[in-house]
Amino acid sequence: MMLSCGVSRLIVRHLRTGVASTAQVPQVCIVGSGPAGFYTAQQILKSHAAAQVDMYEKLPVPFGLVRYGVAPDHPEVKNCINTFTQTAAKDRFTFLGNVDIGSDITFSQLREAYHAVVLAYGAAQDRALNIPGESLPNVLSAREFVGWYNGLPENADLKVDLNVESVGIIGQGNVAVDVARILLTPVDILKKTDIPENILERLNGSRVRHMTLVGRRGPEHVAFTIKELREMVNLEGSRPDLRREDYKHLRNLIPNLPRPRKRLLELLAKTGLDAPDPKLASSWAAAEKQLEGEGLNQRAVQTDETESLQCGLILRSIGYKGVEIDSSLPFDQRTGTISNNGGRVTGQNGKVLCTGPVGVILSTMTSGFTTGKVVVADMETGSVDISRPRSGQTLIKSALAEKGVQPVSFDQWNRLNQYEVETGAKLGKPREKVSNIKHMMDIIHQ
Amino acid sequence: MAGRVWLRNSWYILRNITHDYTTNRSYKVLHQVQKKPLLRCIMTTTALQHGDYEWQDPKSEDEVVNITYIDRSGKKIPVRGKIGDNVLYLAHRYEIELEGACEASLACSTCHVYVDEDYCDTLPEPLEEEEDMLDLAVFLKNNSRLGCQIILTKEHDGMTLTLPQATRNFYVDGHIPKPH
Repeated sequence: MMLSCGVSRLIVRHLRTGVASTAQVPQVCIVGSGPAGFYTAQQILKSHAAAQVDMYEKLPVPFGLVRYGVAPDHPEVKNCINTFTQTAAKDRFTFLGNVDIGSDITFSQLREAYHAVVLAYGAAQDRALNIPGESLPNVLSAREFVGWYNGLPENADLKVDLNVESVGIIGQGNVAVDVARILLTPVDILKKTDIPENILERLNGSRVRHMTLVGRRGPEHVAFTIKELREMVNLEGSRPDLRREDYKHLRNLIPNLPRPRKRLLELLAKTGLDAPDPKLASSWAAAEKQLEGEGLNQRAVQTDETESLQCGLILRSIGYKGVEIDSSLPFDQRTGTISNNGGRVTGQNGKVLCTGPVGVILSTMTSGFTTGKVVVADMETGSVDISRPRSGQTLIKSALAEKGVQPVSFDQWNRLNQYEVETGAKLGKPREKVSNIKHMMDIIHQ
Repeated sequence: MAGRVWLRNSWYILRNITHDYTTNRSYKVLHQVQKKPLLRCIMTTTALQHGDYEWQDPKSEDEVVNITYIDRSGKKIPVRGKIGDNVLYLAHRYEIELEGACEASLACSTCHVYVDEDYCDTLPEPLEEEEDMLDLAVFLKNNSRLGCQIILTKEHDGMTLTLPQATRNFYVDGHIPKPH
């Protein structure tokens, strides 16, 4: 699912003006204002001297997963917002928030208005297990849970019952570990982060003591990364509770692994095999099923062994899939992605897609930069035809006005930003997020 | 592995306005750059994170540290830095494509560089946190370091720093997807 692109040369040239005119300004639009969108915008503005980049975002606020996905206790990762703010300050960039592409504006309207459209709206759905009981109360998607504790408006009313002792998380990626860490971190530590006040109250009332991360395959296949594992191992008030027999084979496997895997598994082996520190109340465990296959190419195969784990709350953290925002796009329902060839949407000219939320900021950044370069390259070679002028945001804004939709500008976001920071400062936090769309719009239009 | 940190002779002033030489409008960054407190030792990069120091020219030849960056297209860019410069922010001053998404907080690997092998020993050992982030870098080599952790001293005069070519896809857990 990752974006793969053959074009990697950096193009810095001036726009060729064949017919003299008040600028054949290439109009580019980006759907989605998360890191993927912003890094793509940054690259396009850098590589093309005249292109105008307009960015559309469904919410009134920008930054996507940096604001709503990155855990509250990982503020350093959010520093990339400063770079995005600088991009937003450029004259050839316009942010238009509160615009839902697919309902406020159709895809064909975007195609009419822009020479190139970049889809960077992420993957807003998650994969299901498709097993009985999945729709019981307190069986939730980790994606929605993360949205809930990060103040995402659409998850504000999530029905979560934290009056339970034991939580099971299906999945062993960084999202699963984030959720475990947030549920086990003492509230005294969390209250200095940008986690919303109402969530802190709920966490204060939480009875959760045990988190179990369940995966299909062995510890050598865990998808979380070493920094997150270290945080769990060192988590104040918690200790790991791993089954030794699951980790015994690791010490033989480790010497032949490439460095990143090696260091991660060394830490995991150490945690699983060395004597645990008899510490405090809460614990977390990583349990896996038995599987077949060789080396690292193992596939999980159902065995006859079963095991029961009592949990009061179950969170599903097994990956994401995209949403079809327009029926004119070739959407693959099975994988939840838009069919593309090297990032260029199949059967369409001038459109490119970024991937869903996989990896860390480096991967999204690389993807964004590559996409930006592809767009500029296509404009240079004529694959994207920029000879005919297009009206860009002028056309879209009038369509929005007809519908009574008021787009939010970056200046207006800054007003809300300031409000959040000032409110947070009074509470000793970096910001106090506004989690309600109407409240956001009220502050913006004050 | 224990990190060794060089304490500088001068103090650097913290400012919270992000410097951008190409900004057309200006948005003040309202909040302090966020950093998690590191329990193990003092980080000199705390004071250098905004890049203002790197915009100051060397006051005398004694301060000068000449290094060369090799950018992603292979072009050599000689730079006249000075003692105490942070390699990441110095690169920004000279418009070298070294992104620093987390702003020197050891929370990403976007400032990954290859250090001239002759100079590897002149750098202090990486902290565990740097090693953890390097694990996620693409095309990792023995001489890989994070640019934001390199502070120039006279010993680095003549050093070359090469930016990796990051055009391959990868997964953080090392998985290489099979075509499907």
